[in-house]
Amino acid sequence: MLKQIEGSRAVAEAVAACRPQVICAYPITPQTHIVEALGALVKSGELNASFMNVESEFAAMSAVIGASAAGARAYTATASQGLLYMSEAVYNAAGLGLPVVMTVANRAIGAPINIWNDHSDAMSQRDAGWIQLYAETNQEAADLHVQAFRIAEVLSNPVMVCMDGFLLTHASERVDLPSQGQVDAFLPHYEPRQVLDPADPVSIGAMVGPEAFTEVRYLAAERMRQALGLIPTVAASFAGQFGRPTGGLVRPYRTEDAELIVVALGSVLGTIKDAVDELRDDGIRAGALGITTFRPFPVQAVREALDGASATTTGRPRRLVVIERALAPGSDGIVTADLRAALSAPDGRPPHPRATIISTVVAGLGGRAVTRKSLLAMLASAARGDLLPFSFLDLRPDLIEAELARMRSARRSGPSAENMLRDLSATAPGALG
Amino acid sequence: MPYERIKFYQTGSFAAGNRLLPEDLHSIQSSEARANTLTCGHRACQGCGEALGARYALDAVMRATKGKLIAVNATGCLEVFSTPFPETSWQIAWLHSLFGNAPAVASGVAAALKAMGRTDVRVVAQGGDGGTVDIGMACLSGMFERDDDVFYICYDNQAYMNTGVQRSGATPPAARTATTPAVGPEPGNNFGQGKNVPLIAMAHEIPYVATATVADLRDLEYKATRAMDFHGARYLHILVPCPLGWGSSPADTIKVARLATESGLFPVFEAEAGQVTGATPIRRRVPVTDYLRLQARYAHLFRPEERTDVIARIQASADRNIARFGLLNDHKTSHPERVRLAPAPHHDSAEAR
Amino acid sequence: MFQVRFHGRGGQGVVTAAELLASAAFREDRYAQAFPSFGSERMGAPVTSFCRIDDRPIRTHEPVTDPDVLLIQDPTLLHQADLFAGLKPGGYVLLNSTRSFGELGLAEFAARRDSDRLRTLPASNLAMAHLGRPLPGAPMLGGLAALTGVVGLDAVLAAIAERFTGKVAAGNAVAARAAFEFVAAEQATEQPKEKADA
Repeated sequence: MLKQIEGSRAVAEAVAACRPQVICAYPITPQTHIVEALGALVKSGELNASFMNVESEFAAMSAVIGASAAGARAYTATASQGLLYMSEAVYNAAGLGLPVVMTVANRAIGAPINIWNDHSDAMSQRDAGWIQLYAETNQEAADLHVQAFRIAEVLSNPVMVCMDGFLLTHASERVDLPSQGQVDAFLPHYEPRQVLDPADPVSIGAMVGPEAFTEVRYLAAERMRQALGLIPTVAASFAGQFGRPTGGLVRPYRTEDAELIVVALGSVLGTIKDAVDELRDDGIRAGALGITTFRPFPVQAVREALDGASATTTGRPRRLVVIERALAPGSDGIVTADLRAALSAPDGRPPHPRATIISTVVAGLGGRAVTRKSLLAMLASAARGDLLPFSFLDLRPDLIEAELARMRSARRSGPSAENMLRDLSATAPGALG
Repeated sequence: MPYERIKFYQTGSFAAGNRLLPEDLHSIQSSEARANTLTCGHRACQGCGEALGARYALDAVMRATKGKLIAVNATGCLEVFSTPFPETSWQIAWLHSLFGNAPAVASGVAAALKAMGRTDVRVVAQGGDGGTVDIGMACLSGMFERDDDVFYICYDNQAYMNTGVQRSGATPPAARTATTPAVGPEPGNNFGQGKNVPLIAMAHEIPYVATATVADLRDLEYKATRAMDFHGARYLHILVPCPLGWGSSPADTIKVARLATESGLFPVFEAEAGQVTGATPIRRRVPVTDYLRLQARYAHLFRPEERTDVIARIQASADRNIARFGLLNDHKTSHPERVRLAPAPHHDSAEAR
Repeated sequence: MFQVRFHGRGGQGVVTAAELLASAAFREDRYAQAFPSFGSERMGAPVTSFCRIDDRPIRTHEPVTDPDVLLIQDPTLLHQADLFAGLKPGGYVLLNSTRSFGELGLAEFAARRDSDRLRTLPASNLAMAHLGRPLPGAPMLGGLAALTGVVGLDAVLAAIAERFTGKVAAGNAVAARAAFEFVAAEQATEQPKEKADA
């Protein structure tokens, strides 16, 4: 049913329609509206589930682990610091092969403490063994949860649905909410592969030494490999039943003959598409590639989308600009690294006829807006060939220079964040907020 | 709580002869029908108090629940020695997740059972002192605060034993551990405030809290059974000597536990809804030195010279416990003599309060 | 695409107003996006919210930097920050006040703009009268409908009825209608109040 609805509420409704049996809630901005909405549905009796208000995110993921092992469909949501706090349990859930689903309302990780959107939280857990899906819109955020439960339960692997904090969670947009009937038809009853049942007891969570650990972990890699095949199948099945394309591995936009392709995850793709259209109007063959499934990283699908751009006779290189919504200090890009690896993965194909230039742009850290205007300026620079291999969008070099100067002049230069905030309030006009 | 007083004495020993009791009051361990929840083949040390305590406690719970039990185990000695891959010595549905989350995982299991309408299946969570008193404290308190229907059992051997005997929040003052070595002017663990988890559990006013030791295994069985009369959060704290970590003889495990209670260092009591309902009186009081001398972790209090100052402080804490819980019958308190027998009829926490 | 920016203080329903506008546009079968400027929630702190309306799906998620309309629910914000930043040439301003632009010290600003696109509206008074609380959001939307026509009054009323119940819904609806009529009347006379103060 079509509704104008806040993203968090849309996700809550979609999750509720999946008939979760145990929901664990611990509040952290900006996911609170999701668990609040679910809590209200349980309290009012509309949703028949156990709703646990737990004492920390660590407890939230732990309780979800227990519930799933006992055979219940289990769900929780978190962000940022909360995701880190539950990190031990996040790895545990994946290692145990429990099909739990969790929403991560992407928010920056501190210090410095920051409540606004970027991808550093989910990126910090990219090696935990969870499938990671990134929603571009609130429609996709809602739909991905429905797909997530199915993917998780088929594979016995947990799934993280990432949606940009505030930008999606707190935005009211038009969403076609899946109905209960539609979801029931799409999502079968949960049949666990392993379950705590007194009538048929098993021990779950044994210590595994060198003699078998590698093999147990190989199976985790195998589940990821299977996910690459399953995710598109589930997406196609979803499209058939719900009538709209959501999910899948990648989402190319005007890449067929593109010479300049922007690669990104999440809601920034919307702004990027507007920029691409404007560039096209100006005669620049631009395109965008959305990565919807980040883990497993869809090597084949990425290659097909990027290699699909037809070779030209001009010999101009193809330019890929990777928008990074998180910073991995000491390395030149998280998504970039996976992309480079994908493009150079030996698969028997002939190398792409054109040279490839990859530029990494770190953008929108800690909620700094990624504007069409800035994207266009940056992409123009890319098209001209003078974009640095690694840069930050809309960086304020003046703030940095001031702090570096302070640090050069005195050992006890003080906390950098506070120093820069002081500079900022001294120089900037009144902000609109 | 219905009970009937039975005195049993056999001169020269503390053994209680089952043949003196009616059949239905025999120890669960004496029955061929016992569950053997933690069955043989586990890798515990010779003389391990925890293996003994876990066997008694869980077989009692299995009888009380007629086998409808799911156990959640924290990381630690019990978890490690009971599940050496590819074997397990658990004959029940059993889950190990992490070190600090056993109470929360168990709460999740209980929530799932409730959501699935399986009200017949009960949940036990268990861990050592490290996983309970320190790293699991937040989750434990959360479980208490929500009154989740979980019975939590702490096996207290007073240090992080599985990782090599490091000090925990449950390590008593002056005890030697790998991180509180017996060197310098103040050897062994510092005199801090301690962390009395049974009292913390009572402060939450949960339906049932009790302490026990492996020196009185019938009492331990009783308490594990009694806990299953209630619904909601329940806590049992069992002192389980560790020959390796305490430096005591494997043959002395039960004896050392008895000396802990008879000296007053470890009070044995029950509480409901935050009020003590009964305490086991000390039958033959001993000075703390009788207890300390049997353990190498206290050897530095006696050699090269006797540290009467430290011993006096330890004695003072034992005296405080005796006064607080009325452990000597000459104190005029309302705590009845420790007796218990047949499992009381089932009633839930609302009634118990 | 039509872009609206709301300014107010925490507790005045600034975010709700943006959502109601989006809801109204949705009812007219248009695409809409509403979102707040995000921050910790504090009563009384300045709050900004946004609404975009279009006939095509709205893809962008950047903040609204060049609004077509400014709805200022709290005039005490006027001199604290550059509230008018980015307002398009020919943009509208609807200001919750009983005073004129001139009386509010905005004569110079008003002089540079189309006078029939700048309106003040005693939204808080209308809210007090009909709702009993100084929540100017609904009347501001009624005024917006009359001023710009980006949504119709009926759609605004329907959005109010969906969001609120009972007396609150009724009070908001009456206030919105009264505001609509107030602004519509002013538009009809085409006599900008501000000129007199020059």
